[in-house]
Amino acid sequence: MAVLLGSDIPTRPATPAAVVTGRPSEGSVHSWDLSTGVDGPGTRFVTFLAGCPLTCLYCHNPDTWRMRNGKRTSADDVIAEAGKYTRFIAASGGGATVSGGEPLLQPVFTGELLHRMKYELGLHTALDTSGFLGARATDALLRDTDLVLLDIKSWDRDTYEKLTGRPLQPTLDFARRLADLGQEVHVRYVLVPDLTDDPADIEGVAAFAGGLGNVSRVDILPFHRLGEAKWRALARPFTLHDTPSPTPEQVAATREIFRSHGLYAV
Amino acid sequence: MTVTPAEATVNGGAWKGFKGGLWRDAIDVRDFIQQNYTPYEGDGSFLAGPTERTTAVWKAITDRFPEERAKGVHDVAYDIPSTITAHAPGWIDRDKDLIVGLQTDAPLKRAIMPNGGWRMVAGVLETYGYPVSTELEKVFTEYRKTHNAGVFDAYTPEIRAARKAGIVTGLPDAYGRGRIIGDYRRVALYGVDRLVEVKEQEKAELNSLSAGNRSLEETIRLREELAEQIRALGELKVMAAAYGYDISGPATTGREAIQWLYFAYLAAVKEQNGAAMSLGRTSTFVDVYLQRDIESGLLTEEQAQELVDDFVIKLRIVRFLRTPEYDELFSGDPTWVTESIAGIGVDGRPLVTRTSFRYLQTLYNLGPAPEPNMTVLWSPQLPQGFKEFCAKVSIDTSSVQYESDELMRPRFGDDTAIACCVSAMPVGKQMQFFGARVNLAKTLLYAINGGRDEKSGVQVGPDTGAVTSEVLDYDEVMRKFDAQMEWLANVYVHALNVIHYMHDKYAYERIEMALHDRDVRRTMACGIAGLSVAADSLAAIKYAKVTALRDETGLATDFEIEGDFPAYGNNDDRADSIAVRLVEEFMKKVRKHPTYRNAEHTQSVLTITSNVVYGKKTGNTPDGRRAGEPFSPGANPMNGRDTHGYVASALSVAKLPYQDAEDGISLTNTVTPDGLGRTPEERIRNLAGVLDGYMATDGFHMNVNVLNRDVLLDAMEHPENHPQLTIRVSGYAVNFVRLTRAQQLDVLHRTFHGSL
Repeated sequence: MAVLLGSDIPTRPATPAAVVTGRPSEGSVHSWDLSTGVDGPGTRFVTFLAGCPLTCLYCHNPDTWRMRNGKRTSADDVIAEAGKYTRFIAASGGGATVSGGEPLLQPVFTGELLHRMKYELGLHTALDTSGFLGARATDALLRDTDLVLLDIKSWDRDTYEKLTGRPLQPTLDFARRLADLGQEVHVRYVLVPDLTDDPADIEGVAAFAGGLGNVSRVDILPFHRLGEAKWRALARPFTLHDTPSPTPEQVAATREIFRSHGLYAV
Repeated sequence: MTVTPAEATVNGGAWKGFKGGLWRDAIDVRDFIQQNYTPYEGDGSFLAGPTERTTAVWKAITDRFPEERAKGVHDVAYDIPSTITAHAPGWIDRDKDLIVGLQTDAPLKRAIMPNGGWRMVAGVLETYGYPVSTELEKVFTEYRKTHNAGVFDAYTPEIRAARKAGIVTGLPDAYGRGRIIGDYRRVALYGVDRLVEVKEQEKAELNSLSAGNRSLEETIRLREELAEQIRALGELKVMAAAYGYDISGPATTGREAIQWLYFAYLAAVKEQNGAAMSLGRTSTFVDVYLQRDIESGLLTEEQAQELVDDFVIKLRIVRFLRTPEYDELFSGDPTWVTESIAGIGVDGRPLVTRTSFRYLQTLYNLGPAPEPNMTVLWSPQLPQGFKEFCAKVSIDTSSVQYESDELMRPRFGDDTAIACCVSAMPVGKQMQFFGARVNLAKTLLYAINGGRDEKSGVQVGPDTGAVTSEVLDYDEVMRKFDAQMEWLANVYVHALNVIHYMHDKYAYERIEMALHDRDVRRTMACGIAGLSVAADSLAAIKYAKVTALRDETGLATDFEIEGDFPAYGNNDDRADSIAVRLVEEFMKKVRKHPTYRNAEHTQSVLTITSNVVYGKKTGNTPDGRRAGEPFSPGANPMNGRDTHGYVASALSVAKLPYQDAEDGISLTNTVTPDGLGRTPEERIRNLAGVLDGYMATDGFHMNVNVLNRDVLLDAMEHPENHPQLTIRVSGYAVNFVRLTRAQQLDVLHRTFHGSL
């Protein structure tokens, strides 16, 4: 929950987007929100970018899948909005999170936001990603990121593809790269009965995460159906309609597997 | 004001071990606290649970709650007008009570207090099926005039019309005004005799009619008031004696300190049925005594907690006899026994003691409850252990409210307490003339309709010319709104002057004022409701296209909105600046009018639960709100229009200028546990952080509920399973199961901030 104070802010000559494009950065933004304790530590200004290459069966924000669902927004506008909260966050603890959708679908814009959140606003920064497009994250972007919230949705290749519509490997590659860089990571695992609750599956993710050395926390997120209405609104079939939420015992057992690999799991 | 205390008090007796200072020579409880309290910087691990005795006594009381809830009252002492000494002593359990004293001769038995108004007393006795004494009726209609009768003698036709239309509402013209906090600690520290001596001196100084800058009338009034105060102090001693206590001298132990203090408070609630009968700021004062007893081996932690628990049981069963209409306005049978806890001293030391924790611990030992209205004066400078304990209690009980010590301390000093919900006043030095509130949303409709009431069609406000264009023009509406507000402020302050003149005359708070300095600061506490509806309506008119739909008489009764508009509650200046402007403008207009006893004008943005009733009385509004729908409570943004989370919503509210709303700005936030984090520890830390953030950004007040909607739904269906479920509403807390159905639904429809 570190918050940089004014005196700690190193000055940098130019922002990444300006360097790359020579003009102010714009991106497709779905919405912004203030949240507490769910998008990284403390109270955070969360920018949800539009567009995601994954189509997770349990997605609770299917309205963020398409980039065209978002609104063209300049980085200046996002930073101005976030700037209204720096005083609050300096007192409350917290920071800024770039989420989505998949923020790395817009890596230049995301990099711009993280950089400016960190250095202009002095906020602790987090990137919330599935890791599928991790290769698009430049080292500079990662240097501007204090914490990566990384979803590893399954260890089983087939389950992962069935669940997300995409392969697992890029996420694992990204996780190893973050480990090599010594980047702090929180792993998130959504526990879905009959989909991601196979102990072998969980064991795979836990062993992998435990071996990385840079994972400071694992969040086990129990599946819920609160996003179902959004699927209906988009006229998409929600295939997990009959899937229950996991029991507290199932969640506790899953937590234990992660803990057995030396991880702090909640 | 110097009266030398007996040598015995100082050396051997009651004040043994206390450090000296100004407080010995003059009545100065604050100085006593500053010289003698022990700040506590640790956490809550030292606290003790309930004793068997505590649990048994509390159960004896709670067993009677279901019947009381069903009937409306448990019992009424219907034939004895209550005074400090009118009722015989009573106990919950004579053998088990540690702190003694009840309002009447039995627990939960309500008293009648006809000085406020006879009609209300008679009406409520009839409602609950009790006989109405013809003898008393004769006394209070023929021989003894009441507050209510006095007010209606002096109201103007204009005031009556505004009151009837519901544009000015909730006025304390038929019930006690309340919001006066006696410094009940004085009785414990000095004993009654010393206080009488000081009052005698204060009175003697007025023997010359030219004393001070007072007019003849002012001097005579004050002399009579002081005589009444002295008389009330004498009665206080008599009342305590009936319980076997001689309180003429100072308290000598922790138990006595609590008992003396409680007797003083009890005298107030025996005699006054005030809307809010707040306790003050007692925990750190009491701590000095408990700490002395613990250090000398007289008390254990468990015994200290037990005393606090027993005191709080008594505070929880304070009852007033009120009409069903009153309950519709202020539901849940509130008494606003507000206790202000913590804060920071002007010397920078936190005013947190172990007893600050012990007071909050009662919410565990006795379970959650709306009363006493636990109010933490919050500052980012409070010790972390205390902050986290508060956050934990909030998460577990939803029974705590928070107010900014950072905003209050510079204005009112560090011995300030909250009366009612959000009204700050230095204890024993300031009182207020409570003024309820006016309906700004309705006033906006008056502007559009040229002063005609949108529901009745009657001309209530001045004819400022109706807006006649189809599409509403912001500048024109604003101009007319300004004129209607000007009129309203005039009528409103006029009504309040009448009310408080009569209240002083016919229902003077003798014992509460006896526990004040003679020369107090008075405020005329005005208030506004419907701020968010008015602000959003104006934002709609300014940023979208709003077309008025009129009936055959030309009255605008509905509105069509085309396009989007920014709403108050999203930290968006376009809408928020309108709300800010309304607060500033109305305050400016209120300040133009002279006040009774030269009270200083203030205002609050607070509705209590009457946001539901105000909504009922207000037609369709240009923001799209339908006629009859509730307003948002207090200064809250309208439900569902704050779409960026509770922090964004709170920061809109934090923009409202405290200097133009010094009587308080109320914000109620309801979050789900998940909306604060995933583990109990991080929820606690995060909630403490949110409070730090809000106070650091000039937020004034935050009610915090941590609840799941499912719990409330279940409580509506099965109230018997949730007897103590407590939720915070605008500025106070209620038992959820005691709300009316309409109010329960209103709570349910409010925004629950959580994570998806």
